[in-house]
Order: sequence, then C-alpha cells, then structure tokens
Amino acid sequence: MSTQQLIESLNADALKTDLPVMGVGDTINVHARIIEGAKERVQIFQGVLISRKGRGMNEMICVRRIVDNQGVERIWPINSPMIAKIEVVRRGDARRSKLYYLRDRVGKSRRLRDQRRGLKHTAGQPTVQK
Amino acid sequence: MALLMGTKLGMTRVFDDNGVSTPVTVIEIGSCVVTQIRDEDKDGYSAVQIAYGDMKPRNSTIPMIGHDAKAGSDAKRFHREFRCTSKEAGEYELGQSLTVASLADVAYVDVIGTSKGKGFQGGIKRHNFKGQQATHGVERKHRSPGSIGGHALNAGKSGRLKKGKKMAGQMGNVRITTRSLDVVRIDEERGLLLVKGPVPGHNKAMVQIRPAIRLNRSKTKKLASAE
Repeated sequence: MSTQQLIESLNADALKTDLPVMGVGDTINVHARIIEGAKERVQIFQGVLISRKGRGMNEMICVRRIVDNQGVERIWPINSPMIAKIEVVRRGDARRSKLYYLRDRVGKSRRLRDQRRGLKHTAGQPTVQK
Repeated sequence: MALLMGTKLGMTRVFDDNGVSTPVTVIEIGSCVVTQIRDEDKDGYSAVQIAYGDMKPRNSTIPMIGHDAKAGSDAKRFHREFRCTSKEAGEYELGQSLTVASLADVAYVDVIGTSKGKGFQGGIKRHNFKGQQATHGVERKHRSPGSIGGHALNAGKSGRLKKGKKMAGQMGNVRITTRSLDVVRIDEERGLLLVKGPVPGHNKAMVQIRPAIRLNRSKTKKLASAE
C-alpha cells in the first residue's frame, strides 16, 4: 500500500457513498445540518453548483444562489457531517469547470441551459449520468 | 515512555460529529527496538537507546550491525537516546520493542524533526524583516537588511557585532521541536499516530515523538477537566 493510499484509507469510513452524481452547473439542494444549542435542524440551500474541487476527503463544493437580490455562496467540504443529504434538482449545461462568471451575470443571463447530453433529470429518477 | 521514532507520512483532515474539521499529520511508528541501556557505573549517565528504521546490512557498518545484533535486532538506520533515571532505565530491557501502543493514554505529544531546508535566504524571508521602501530614492536596496549596528552600540565589545545578529544565511534544515500537539487518533494495528497540525520536515522524514513535557495553561486546564 502506497503512502497516499494509506492516508486515504484513514478516512475511508468517513467518505460518503450516497452522494448523487452531480457536476458543475447543476442545481442542487444541500440539506445542511444546523446545530443551535441542543437542538438540531436541517436547512435546505438550493443553488447552482459553481465549483467542485479537491479529491477524497478534501473535496469542496461551492453553491451559489440569489437571496433578496444578493448573491450568496456557500462552500462545504463534500464529506462534512454537516451535510445531511444532497439532491440534484436540475442538470445544467456548463462548458467551464468553474462557473465564477455567474457572479457578474444579472437577470435572465444568469440561467444555464439544461444539459443537452446524457440523461436529463426528472423527479423520482435516480440521478445517474450515462 | 519517553521517546519513539517514526516516519512522517503526510497530512489529511478528520471530521468530528459536530462537523469540525481537524488538520492532522499522519506519523507511522514502526517498532522501535531498545538497543542499549546506559548505566551510571559504566557510562557515567543513565539513558535508554532506541533504534528505528530498517536498512540493508550492507549499507550499515560492521560495528553498528554488531551493536544492533546484541539486542537481537536487524541493522537499524536511526539510533537515539533519551536520558532517564537509572530506575526508569531498569524498566527497559535489551531488544524490547516499543510501539505506538505506549502512547495510548497520552493526550499531548512533542514532535521533533528536521525542518525543510530553504537554502541561503535573505533577511526578509528568514527573519521577517520589512526591507526598504520601494520608492523615495531607494536604489537597488529594496530587500537589504539595513543597518546592522555600529561599534558604539551595546552589541559586543571592540567594534564587533553581537553574536546571533539576525542576517541572511542558511534557513531551515535544523532540528525543530513542535510542542504539545494534540493526539487525535491512534491506530495500533497499523502503527499510526495522528497528531493535530503540521510537524517539521518533509514527508517520509524521520521524526521523534515524546509525551509533551510542558503544556500551556489552556491545555493543562483541558487535561485536568477531562480527568
């Protein structure tokens, strides 16, 4: 076992196996756990996945949405226990690996086309890409 | 347990249930062999010598092979001693194998290693000097250290500079001790130790680990409240 494999094996249990197949440009629901004192609740953050980087335990996602005309981006480690679940709502067609240009877009141009290639997502179907 | 040796493997992160991410360094602690026990009568001081790291016998020397063989061990690469009282030294025996399990109930460790060598560096990189201004008439002296003091200053006698004056020179490649690192996890099966934060040296470098000998106030308090 190489050193890199050994280090990755330390987190093998913590890596999530139930993540949907999702790519940059997709609109996703992130079910974020919020702990307030002793209470815990789940908040759903829906937005466009604009960046996905890192490997293994260090993989990070950045999700952007508009709240009250104000752009909001949240960044999570994808394997963080603070994420209860991720769902894919809509597949978007992105031709960049990082959609930072969406920050400068206003109005209708902020939208992404539906993905033309592969399976389109419809509710109830497993979000698997061919 | 006063000293162990291991190999720095690299860094990763560990999440706890509250989602707090802890950066950790993975250290592999193979079995360290006790190769010699120094005593007051024979050596003038009491200490325990341990050895770590496999090597081919042909890369070792005949005296060292013989030295290791006395403890019933193969040729080892690194040999280090730690001082202890003769009573403590008596608890160890020649050829005894020390593993990461001996750190099982230790909360904080010191990690000693050789820092990455940076070569000959100027004062700005080596000692965080500010350098000179970019403009206002400064010419070709932007990264120079400035005045290093004259003979009239309290900087040694007879016009010499005081020793240890911060100047350009070799940076890194020195022995560094990082103190009081949290032990995050111990994997006895594979001989792995996870400590919080970085430790000196490059990956695959030899590091020495000992239980922390001095804690700061907050860590002492934390340890006391845990008991």
